[in-house]
Amino acid sequence: MEVLNENLLLTLVLAPLFGSVIAGLFGKKIGEKASHTVTILGVAVAFILSVWVFKQVIFDGASYNDRVYQWLQAGSLSIEVGFMVDSLTAMMLVVVTFVSLMVHIYTIGYMQGDDGYSRFFSYISLFTFSMLMLVMANNFMQLFFGWEAVGLVSYLLIGFWSKKPTAIYASLKAFLVNRVGDFGFLLGIAGVLMYAGSLDYLEVFAQSRVTATQSMSIWPGSEWSAITVICILLFIGAMGKSAQVPLHVWLPDSMEGPTPISALIHAATMVTAGIFMVARMSPMFELSEAALSFVMVIGAITALFMGFLGLIQNDIKRVIAYSTLSQLGYMTVALGASAYAAGIFHLMTHAFFKALLFLGAGSVIMALHHEQDIRKMGGLKKYMPITYWTGLIGSLALIGFPGFAGFFSKDAIIEAVHASTIAGSDFAYFAVLSGVFITALYSFRLFFIVFHGEERFEQHDGHMPHESPKVVTVPLVLLAIPSVLAGFLIGPMVFGHFFADAIYVSSEHDVLSQLNYHGVLGFLMHGFVAPPFWLAMAGLGTAYYFYMVNPSIPAKLHQSFNWLYRVMENKYGFDRFNEVVFAGGARAIGRVLWKAGDLAVIDGVVVNGAAKTIGLVSKTVRRVQSGYLYAYAFAMIVGLLVLLKYFVA
Amino acid sequence: MMFDIPLLSLVIWLPILGGIAVLLNGDNVFTRPLSLIVSIATLYFSFGLYTGFDNATHEMQFVEHLPWIATYGIHYSLGIDGFSMPLIILTTFSTIVVVIAAWEVIQDRISQYMAAFLIMSGLMIAVFAALDVILFYVFFEAMLIPLFLVIGIWGGPNRVYATIKFFLYTFFGSVFLLIALLYLRYVSGSFAILDFHTVALTLQEQIWLFLAFLIAFAVKVPMWPVHTWLPDAHVEAPTGGSVILAAITLKIGGYGLLRFALPITPDAAMTLDWFVIALSLTAIVYIGFVALVQADLKKLIAYSSIAHMGFVTLGLFVVFGIFENSATGSGAVLAVEGAMVQMVSHGFIAAAMFLCVGVLYDRMHTREISAYGGVINTMPLFAGFSVFFAMANAGLPGTSGFVGEFMVILASFQANFWYAFLAATTLILGAAYSLWMVKRVVFGEVSNDNVAALEDLNQREFWLLTVLALIVLIIGLWPAPLIDVMHSSVEHLLTQVSQSKL
Repeated sequence: MEVLNENLLLTLVLAPLFGSVIAGLFGKKIGEKASHTVTILGVAVAFILSVWVFKQVIFDGASYNDRVYQWLQAGSLSIEVGFMVDSLTAMMLVVVTFVSLMVHIYTIGYMQGDDGYSRFFSYISLFTFSMLMLVMANNFMQLFFGWEAVGLVSYLLIGFWSKKPTAIYASLKAFLVNRVGDFGFLLGIAGVLMYAGSLDYLEVFAQSRVTATQSMSIWPGSEWSAITVICILLFIGAMGKSAQVPLHVWLPDSMEGPTPISALIHAATMVTAGIFMVARMSPMFELSEAALSFVMVIGAITALFMGFLGLIQNDIKRVIAYSTLSQLGYMTVALGASAYAAGIFHLMTHAFFKALLFLGAGSVIMALHHEQDIRKMGGLKKYMPITYWTGLIGSLALIGFPGFAGFFSKDAIIEAVHASTIAGSDFAYFAVLSGVFITALYSFRLFFIVFHGEERFEQHDGHMPHESPKVVTVPLVLLAIPSVLAGFLIGPMVFGHFFADAIYVSSEHDVLSQLNYHGVLGFLMHGFVAPPFWLAMAGLGTAYYFYMVNPSIPAKLHQSFNWLYRVMENKYGFDRFNEVVFAGGARAIGRVLWKAGDLAVIDGVVVNGAAKTIGLVSKTVRRVQSGYLYAYAFAMIVGLLVLLKYFVA
Repeated sequence: MMFDIPLLSLVIWLPILGGIAVLLNGDNVFTRPLSLIVSIATLYFSFGLYTGFDNATHEMQFVEHLPWIATYGIHYSLGIDGFSMPLIILTTFSTIVVVIAAWEVIQDRISQYMAAFLIMSGLMIAVFAALDVILFYVFFEAMLIPLFLVIGIWGGPNRVYATIKFFLYTFFGSVFLLIALLYLRYVSGSFAILDFHTVALTLQEQIWLFLAFLIAFAVKVPMWPVHTWLPDAHVEAPTGGSVILAAITLKIGGYGLLRFALPITPDAAMTLDWFVIALSLTAIVYIGFVALVQADLKKLIAYSSIAHMGFVTLGLFVVFGIFENSATGSGAVLAVEGAMVQMVSHGFIAAAMFLCVGVLYDRMHTREISAYGGVINTMPLFAGFSVFFAMANAGLPGTSGFVGEFMVILASFQANFWYAFLAATTLILGAAYSLWMVKRVVFGEVSNDNVAALEDLNQREFWLLTVLALIVLIIGLWPAPLIDVMHSSVEHLLTQVSQSKL
């Protein structure tokens, strides 16, 4: 088997880092133009090399798995920095670098005139580097490095406009919620090390059958399967990064960051890291049906309940953010159903069309001078034709209209869940099926309100909104192409052997092979008669009727179901609960421990009490003036001599 | 060698004699350059300890052995191994940091200030290098005198209270240490630390000795519940005092446990490991919560230090549990080396964070978090460093703060799931107190006129923080060279603790 060139892989990873460092450290000196040029070049190099790697891996059967350097050695354990490139990595490389490149170019238009222009480019290139480290890792340490590094950049970018109180609140929240996930993730890694004796992927996978036979005792008297515990702990990390209920709360708030990063980080790439990770760990998850069920149920809850919230949002970016949550839920459900390939396939198509939708939303926001409230939009179709048509493509892809990319990936997931028999699969099937209706409803609600109907926007100095510049529209068009076409890869990627070298599915869970797949055309034709299509059409039709034909209906619904609206406006109360119980609780515990523990008991009773009893305080205070230090030194030496005399002589 | 002086003695006495020279020279234009030259020369010579170090042996290296008080069999006996060498270089480096940090800030009695730190650095190096217990004890006590002076003279308004509290705690611990050491002399007939390692002791003897060591060194670390002197000492100490306190003084506690408690009383350590682990986990969790609610920047970082040092003691004492559960023992190596890395890393990160507070304090003369807000608008460079060091403090991978915690958490899991579970809460708590502080101080709109008038870092501050940031990054990205020097000593220590003395 052919082995990829190490230098080529290093260049691929380090090119964006190089751009980031130059723009970050010298951005002020070299100017904005040089900053965006160097970062775009870095990412372009990474993209070209990714395509080359993809070609070599997929068509020439090449691969790579080796260390770059030894990070540390402790006893017989060696922890390394290294790369593993197989079909899964190769696909991720292309998706990440392509979307990143589009976003870099788009940013030239979006961030024009911002004080932090160079810094922004530095961050998004740093993000690209971190994401590449994550997907190319061949061991858990490096995975964790990439995992936290993307979290860092996400933190920096959400809080990019650091004067905005909501932005800096959201960035802190995002980091802390992710840390809750990482808490589980790190424990999972510790479990991996304990049972497999290594952090290297292949060694761990080779050992996982043995791990599956072992049990650990968490509570005295209870025996848990070690592999189940490890997989669930690892998945808690994925719940943080991929924003699954109840760790989803950070993602909607992350919309406080500039729109390009909402597209890149909070839709297309970083949030899919959890999906990628579980697929990567398929040799372990496959050994624990309990863990798979857990994954599936969490994903189903996210897919359905986060979709609902998209229905009532009025901020253009938040609608899309809830849609992202819901779609991540779909991917997670696919993982739980052991349809890893379908989940990863949806990850890919979603990356294209969701980046497209976010960048389209950004284009609208720019045209309206940073207005994000859809109630102040409307009728933009005639002013922004490119944004309109690419937006339509993105929306159709999202709702799974037959022929568009999202159709193939979503239908594959729904079918796979239908075929799954593990615990929770009935609920999951219900959730993903109803989710189709909800998705179509919120997507086209947004679409109609923004682009059709009466013009409700405010004019700035008498100017009408106009189409965005080429640096914005060209990425939109380039992303629209795969949003249509990528679905046609379903044959090899989902039902073929594309991921055979990377993903392991045990035969009793292999739902994808149970589906009758007779070529892409058959799949497409079947799509027109299957329930998801009719649900999507129903959703689209409802949206048209509610928001174009008879707009009084949503208002009436609002009145009659006021309590339901309240629940949804409060996002089921997660934020409030976290604020009161976790944030407030932690501060309260801290205050009690400090005031009662440290100040009252330890200092008040023990230290000062002891000092008072001996009467040392008053004496020493007096001696301070007369230089008690000398007395101390003197006492020390005298004491030493006396004791020496006693013991030695 | 240019000089025909043994290297260890040179590294110890150069700063002490240099400090005396600075003192004699008095306050003039030469004070600062002279101090800097002495500290740089010391660092330069201490590098010789690294370049000449043999990683392959656990035996003491650069050994010097001269009779000191011959009648009592007390020797001027020095030597270093993989535990002490990194800590010595950390000390010589930190001394330069302190000298440079004081450059313009300290105007009052500058020569005494510089001399105190130079002398203290020599004394602390001697503590790490001493192989004779009397020598160790003398330096162990003597190094506190300059520290008391620094807090007592250049400290804040409440310095008397802080110094007395510090003194009481330390005195309390030292008494037990002295008694333990003299008892060991009585049993072994020698003052050599290495002879103590091999002396046979009953379990009861070991337990008493172990408790004495624990009290003495727990105060230094400091471990919960003997930690309350540290926040007060930090708050009152000038920036340099805080830097040395955090970077070096605390490490003497960890070093003492490594050098004395574990190898001399292994059976007692095994019997009482649950106790130390419980205290360590309390430090990590309890103190993490306490740090969260601090309103004073220095107190917050002081509490954060206690929580981070909890990983050191945890790493040292989970080894017994790991031995029980795993045959290979590489988890135990991971634990002890993680503890060592945590000590070194904390030296750089805590120093940097105290320097950052110093930068703010020098400009606004307050450490109240609520007095700040929106500092990024007037001090963007400073803001960048603050975020970086806060992230390092929160254990972000790629920084040195990650390495030790990662190693200790991974190792603890092998002893007991719940150890790792509680230790890993630092991921959340550490991030919460570090980043919440940054949010309130650095981000947001300019909150008041004082913040609006702030000036960004000057050249001196910028380069100081840059060097620290680079070190934190390098250790984070490639900890292997730091860890490699410890392997032999760690293996040896683990052999010692796994062999019963009974």
